[in-house]
Amino acid sequence: MTWKRIYALFVARNIEFMRDRSALAWNVLLPVLIIFVFAYAFTDDNPEKFKVGLIAQGSLQGAAAQFSDTRYIKFIEFDEAEANLFKVERHQVDLLFDADGNRYWINRTSPNGYIVEKLLIAAYAESDATLHKILVEGDEVRYIDWVIPGVIGMNIMFGALFGIGYVIVRYRKFGVLKRLSATPVTAMEFLSAQILSRLWLLLVVNLVIFIGMDLFVDFRMHGSYFNLLLVFVLGSVNLICCGLVVAARISSEEVANGVLNLFSWPMMFLSGVWFSLEGAHPLMQKFALLLPLTHITEAAREIMIDGVGIIGIADHLLVLGVSSLVLLWIGARIFRWE
Amino acid sequence: MSIILQVTDLVKRFGSLTAVDRVSFEIREGNCFGLLGPNGAGKTTTIEMMEGIKQPDGGAIRYRGEPLGEQFRNEAGIMFQTTALQEFITVREVMRQFSRFYPHSVGIDELAERYALHEFLDQDTRRLSGGQKQRLLLAMAQINQPKILFLDEPTTGLDPQSRRNLWNQLQQIREQGATILLTTHYMEEAYELCDEIAIMDHGRIIAHDAPDALLEAHFDDVVVQIHAADIPRDIGEREFRAVYRNDSAHILTGDVNKTIEHLLHFDIPLDRLRIRARDLEDLFLELTGKELRA
Ligand SMILES: Nc1ncnc2c1ncn2[C@@H]1O[C@H](COP(=O)(O)OP(=O)(O)O)[C@@H](O)[C@H]1O
Ligand SMILES: [Mg+2]
Repeated sequence: MTWKRIYALFVARNIEFMRDRSALAWNVLLPVLIIFVFAYAFTDDNPEKFKVGLIAQGSLQGAAAQFSDTRYIKFIEFDEAEANLFKVERHQVDLLFDADGNRYWINRTSPNGYIVEKLLIAAYAESDATLHKILVEGDEVRYIDWVIPGVIGMNIMFGALFGIGYVIVRYRKFGVLKRLSATPVTAMEFLSAQILSRLWLLLVVNLVIFIGMDLFVDFRMHGSYFNLLLVFVLGSVNLICCGLVVAARISSEEVANGVLNLFSWPMMFLSGVWFSLEGAHPLMQKFALLLPLTHITEAAREIMIDGVGIIGIADHLLVLGVSSLVLLWIGARIFRWE
Repeated sequence: MSIILQVTDLVKRFGSLTAVDRVSFEIREGNCFGLLGPNGAGKTTTIEMMEGIKQPDGGAIRYRGEPLGEQFRNEAGIMFQTTALQEFITVREVMRQFSRFYPHSVGIDELAERYALHEFLDQDTRRLSGGQKQRLLLAMAQINQPKILFLDEPTTGLDPQSRRNLWNQLQQIREQGATILLTTHYMEEAYELCDEIAIMDHGRIIAHDAPDALLEAHFDDVVVQIHAADIPRDIGEREFRAVYRNDSAHILTGDVNKTIEHLLHFDIPLDRLRIRARDLEDLFLELTGKELRA
């Protein structure tokens, strides 16, 4: 490997990308679009303003039944309190009500919790039962806070898979690769240059999205920016390497398109980007662990939402790092210039 | 002169077609070696195996006695029959890119000067004309000052002026001591440029020698060429075993005087008669029963 050759390929690829207006526009417009969609989707007011977690064996009676009839409160049934307390901590539910035990949990910093509590107390005003109040603490975690790490991960995924896959397949189809193969350039040098060129592009574009979304929706970021960067860099490299493996031999854009879609769409829906995998079938949860996007999304969420440190996300980083190396090795092994 | 490149029993199959069939030859350092043959003869397949681009199904290729390796990659300059360059890139940028691939390279300005590319240096490569692009590809093949240069039909599709220019440039490269392996289906090109010629057909080499030696070995007679309209086909073919090509009847003879007497006997007008030595085109026709440029 010589850096001089990697650098030459890197520069040429960057030039091509910068001058290819349509590719550039697509890579700039898509993120802007994502930011706007999110900005509008999540500043809109929800008619069901209040959410209450409800724990009850059998049907509700008396004051509890009266409370559960309150309009504009969405009641979500839970089996037990302990496992769901974190939802109160994160403001995902405004109040958790144990009807059988006459207990409720609210977050001292939640304005919605404060109002729902007033309604609950009013419902019990005529009742003999005494309500037991338990305070919890924690900042709000909105859906947007939860979904943004995944959205950035997803954007990286599409940029990596299609950006790398298409370019290499097109190079092969038109014989650009064949000309390179007549020089001392090795497959590993060529692939490294493609990884580097795509990597900086993905990082810049997603940094713009990150900043843009923060301006519009001011999402939650409790962890270290450095750790987050690490997750996105390793994640990008991993997905780029997936793209390399796909593009290692294919020389038709249509076939490449099909295979890339086959990879990206399941990842988009099975990696827990849009909804939590918590309630999903255990087999599907296992399967999700095979998808790089799952690890990117979870690690980024742990950093951004829970402020988890490097030790806490080490397992995800390890999976992403090791599988990147394996994918790169496979990609270079099966790579064909023609 | 030492042998720079040697192939032995080279074989390449595509399904049931044997595109290259036990081809063997060697190229002496500093020589220009020509592979001459019609379309589909197997020239490109042969040269691309020698370049290390295609894997042979059998046989061996040795560069300076060794299998193709890093030294070969650094010392070889290659120009394919057709080449695509990366999009959105200028002449200067692509030349700079390729110069960085090699441990030693020729200056871009010097090459641009030599191949009359300086006025296009900042132009997108997709906007070059056929001849300009061919010059760029030749310049790129020369960027590492190669010891051996592979050229696959370098002048096919060029106008006569551009072809003549390219020939001059190849002569200069030869004079600087580089070895050249060239494929072509132009007899004149092989004759003009090459020290040695191998004639290929159906994947096999059917004749191989220096151009003049080839002609001498196969022919000690000359061609009497008469305008086809002047000699009726039945007489020509029956009495003179003439071959009709284009507008002419070609009569092979070892004794010109006797043939002319014979022609006069049949009252054939001799105003448009020409006598010439046989060339590679005739040789090809004789060896394969068909024309080089079908
Ligand atoms: N990739 C390929 N797959 C199948 N057949 C091929 C392939 N490349 C060349 N051929 C066939 O091999 C023969 C020799 O082709 P080629 O080497 O390109 O001839 P030339 O360069 O002399 O015109 C032709 O019949 C051609 O159709
Ligand atoms: Mg050819």
